[in-house]
Amino acid sequence: MSEHEYTPKSKAGKWFNDRLPLLTLGAHLTDYPTPKNLNYWWTFGGILTFCLITQIVTGIVLAMHYVAHADLAFASVEHIMRDVNYGWLIRYIHSNGASMFFLAVYIHIFRSLFYGSYKSPREVIWIIGLLIYLLMMAAAFMGYVLPWGQMSFWGATVITNLFSAIPLVGDSITTWLWGAYSVDNPTLNRFFSLHYLIPFLILGLVVLHIWALHVPGNNNPVGIDIKKPSKDTVPFHPYITIKDAFALLVFMIIFAGFVFFTPNVLGHSDNYIPANPLVTPAHIVPEWYLLPFYAILRSVPDKLGGVILMFSAIFILFVLPWLDTSKVRSAVFRPIYRQFFWILVIDVLMLGYVGAMPAEGIYLVLARVGTIYYFLHFIVVMPVVGYLEKTDPIPMSISEPVLTGVAEPSIARKVNDKI
Amino acid sequence: MSKEEKKVNRRDFLFTASYTVGAVGIGAVIWPMIDQMNPDKAQQALATTEVDISSIEPGKSITVLWRGKPVFLKRRTPEEIAEARAVNLDDLPDPQKDEERVKEGKDEWLVMLGVCTHLGCVPLKDKGDYNGWFCPCHGSHYDVSGRIRKGPAPTNMEIPKFEFVDNNTIKIG
Repeated sequence: MSEHEYTPKSKAGKWFNDRLPLLTLGAHLTDYPTPKNLNYWWTFGGILTFCLITQIVTGIVLAMHYVAHADLAFASVEHIMRDVNYGWLIRYIHSNGASMFFLAVYIHIFRSLFYGSYKSPREVIWIIGLLIYLLMMAAAFMGYVLPWGQMSFWGATVITNLFSAIPLVGDSITTWLWGAYSVDNPTLNRFFSLHYLIPFLILGLVVLHIWALHVPGNNNPVGIDIKKPSKDTVPFHPYITIKDAFALLVFMIIFAGFVFFTPNVLGHSDNYIPANPLVTPAHIVPEWYLLPFYAILRSVPDKLGGVILMFSAIFILFVLPWLDTSKVRSAVFRPIYRQFFWILVIDVLMLGYVGAMPAEGIYLVLARVGTIYYFLHFIVVMPVVGYLEKTDPIPMSISEPVLTGVAEPSIARKVNDKI
Repeated sequence: MSKEEKKVNRRDFLFTASYTVGAVGIGAVIWPMIDQMNPDKAQQALATTEVDISSIEPGKSITVLWRGKPVFLKRRTPEEIAEARAVNLDDLPDPQKDEERVKEGKDEWLVMLGVCTHLGCVPLKDKGDYNGWFCPCHGSHYDVSGRIRKGPAPTNMEIPKFEFVDNNTIKIG
């Protein structure tokens, strides 16, 4: 980790640090050389840490009042909302917190896609991040089941039935997941247990994610390798901490806006109806953050095919560092890739929109077009564009665009050439 | 590498034997941890349900809960039976004769799991393009025999094990 030696000033500190070098770790985290040109898209790591801690703290509190039983769960959630002191606030923070968590993680992921942060030597950071994202989806799905409303029950039914598409053993696997012959009390119980476990697994992976980050150091908007520490870096504290804190404050204003003014806008009113195994709601949709994948699932007229494609949409991201053939990291210097990047953003947003609409007519057509582009982007566009594209000149260092007084780094090199 | 290192010796045998015994031991411990998630005895005990069908008029149906899943019991009219049997098997994604889906001599009684074979939603009755059921989740159409006709569901709605205890009672399971 940190190259330089650290010695605590106090005698007690030295005594402790010789036995467990926590103070060395603290000094490393404080001094950690960070590229000085990080923009606000880089503040979402800190925001995500905040989201995780918020979910864990509010979740532990909610578990003190919640009852994981099919006959009592719905009533216990209403009890939290009406009787428990500030229960409404804690539950609304937790339920909206999940949405804010995903909002932040999507920005974080697309930041990485734009600036090429997933590329060598940061592949492991990327893969650990994707594992965190997978666990987040599992935790969010199971958490959504816990209130045992209509959407909880039928969402759980539809998602667990995805596994029944597996040939031969599909039905056994679904029964095993349920612990019954349908989604029932045993299902609710185990989902609660796992929903409590997963955030701590995520926390462990976050530690690995940051550890893996601190080996090569941060990528940056220019995407070039930098010497550290050097003129191109600043210490993490106070430069990055204060910037992160400001971004977090803005994020918390939006978060609070949802919690206090529209706490249910991201949920479904059907979930305020107790679960009924005899009646399926007319229009089942997952939470907004899963909609693009839901659209992909429904775009295929075949059960197994749809399930395979949906899971592929996530797992293809794991091999992204090897599908991208471009040596240049930042899309700032990649005029062609930059356009495809924005097409992908629009494509995913469109898939999310049609995922919320009925799977018929124009929506089905759009879902299919969107699905095809999604896969083309990773399988064809990324390798081919990386190979053919003529990239813009890259600055020699981060300081270069700053010192020449040119704000746009892509033209810095040209200006320099003239000089 | 020297010759001695290549030779299989007592230590190699001990390693292999230890790994094998260890793997068996780990497997023996893991299996209970996996199997505990399968349906327990209390769940299995709910395996049968008896239903009184005396009050169902022709053309009407009821829904009962069996093992946490809805079961449709429909008393079909002669026209509906005729319609189900007139279908050309080549038009069916999952070809099955209507006769195979009912008990012989009790042709008017269609007893089937009210669970869409796509992703498990409960289809709505008297809806869809084939006078049967329609699943609102992802748009699967079933006919009067509960056979899949259109949409993403791969198979016909399942017929559970059932029997007529007497003329007015059906035992499911």
